[in-house]
Amino acid sequence: MKKIITATVLFFATSSLVKAQDTSLLDGVEKQSSSKEFVTNAFKSSRVINGHSMEFIGKGVLDFRILHRFGRANVGVSEWFGLDQASMRMGFDYGLGKNLTIGIGRCTFKKEVDGFLKLRLVSQKTNGTPFSVIVVTGMSVYTFKNTDPLHDVTFSSRAGYYYQSIIGRKFSRKFSLQLSPTIVHRNEVEAGDVNDTYAIGIGSRFKLSKRTALVVDYFPVLNRPSSSDTRNSLSLGFDIETGGHVFQLHFSNSTGMNERAFITDTHDSWGKGEVRFGFNLSRVFTIKKMSKMQN
Amino acid sequence: MKSLAFLSLLLSVIFTAPGPERLITRSGSISFYSKAPLENIEANSKTALSVLDKKTGQIEFSVLIKSFTFEKALMQEHFNENYLESDKFPKAAFKGRIDNISNIDFEKDGKHTVSVTGQLSIHGETKTITTPATITIQSGTTAANADFNISLTDYKINIPSLAKDKISNSVKIVVSLQYEKPA
Repeated sequence: MKKIITATVLFFATSSLVKAQDTSLLDGVEKQSSSKEFVTNAFKSSRVINGHSMEFIGKGVLDFRILHRFGRANVGVSEWFGLDQASMRMGFDYGLGKNLTIGIGRCTFKKEVDGFLKLRLVSQKTNGTPFSVIVVTGMSVYTFKNTDPLHDVTFSSRAGYYYQSIIGRKFSRKFSLQLSPTIVHRNEVEAGDVNDTYAIGIGSRFKLSKRTALVVDYFPVLNRPSSSDTRNSLSLGFDIETGGHVFQLHFSNSTGMNERAFITDTHDSWGKGEVRFGFNLSRVFTIKKMSKMQN
Repeated sequence: MKSLAFLSLLLSVIFTAPGPERLITRSGSISFYSKAPLENIEANSKTALSVLDKKTGQIEFSVLIKSFTFEKALMQEHFNENYLESDKFPKAAFKGRIDNISNIDFEKDGKHTVSVTGQLSIHGETKTITTPATITIQSGTTAANADFNISLTDYKINIPSLAKDKISNSVKIVVSLQYEKPA
């Protein structure tokens, strides 16, 4: 008998509780339709600083990118802290799809032309897949004139390739982290160096405000020969977004602005103060307007 | 005892389940337009969820901010990241009532102009709005349409001074809900 009373009381208590709440007509129906959402905007730009980020520029969008790396800051005031010398890369990225980007560029450093293809395989979702997976493949070719008559250079000997996968997660509105295992293959290397260089990129973003963020881009090389004088590329930066532009201001020990260059051709050391100021400027243009019906 | 608990559970389910007087759609269309000297902004979502109670006149809808699509990907990014902050406030919702719903015969074809008053929540802010709307009944299906203007400052959506010429403070919202035919 006692149990029956408890049950009855419980029933009335719960039903009155339901009534007491500010009930919504959408309760119950809403849960069924709440879908897993894509997590977006883990990074402000399609690059962390030097390396690719887990972000894409959008379908039909042309991203005109101008990158500058100045001289070493520790040269002092006579060289205006390195600003007298500049190395640059001018490039165009185009969004073939929401998750597919193609890009080309040319660097003044070794007069290198490069191109890449970037594809997202897995998208991070709320209440779903915890991370995004992206693959990138690219190629670079030096185009400087060969002045050494004893050294025969061909297109092939100037070429390099890289293969990269990016596993990234936006942990919170402010914090994103990604790992990018990378293989850089150079067809011709100096004696004692290796053709295949393995590196694991670590990229992270911490948002300071809606339009500004701190970024870190680090590429430790895993199989550097002991005779090599190259170093791991480390860049620290600050992203500012103003409408259609993203400015990325940073300090880095790398001059190179493509994967071949900054992973295998970084010679400066943070420890010795051999740091360079640099910036990436990105301006996007909408070439093909998205269909409004693509819901 | 067990059967009694089950019975009470069953009863509470029956009492809270939507009755036949409720119309529902999961593919409601919500658009907005903003005209500014430099740039017109428009976006649309076709995945709004809405329920209309034919008896009480209660009407509600909710829409995911991320479901709005723009012509420009960057605009969509800024809309989510900088203005509506969709990570913090994923949904916009309306909860209101249609005046004099009893005047409408949902069995007969016709077009009725009504007045709707309710609470519109966007970007974590809730404001009361009143707007004329039309209820159209055609061969058994019901549609509700309304358009009204809101001001961005009401919903604490801040426009930086740099973008003042690009974004108007007044935004026109067009709601078009085509309810499913009751089973």
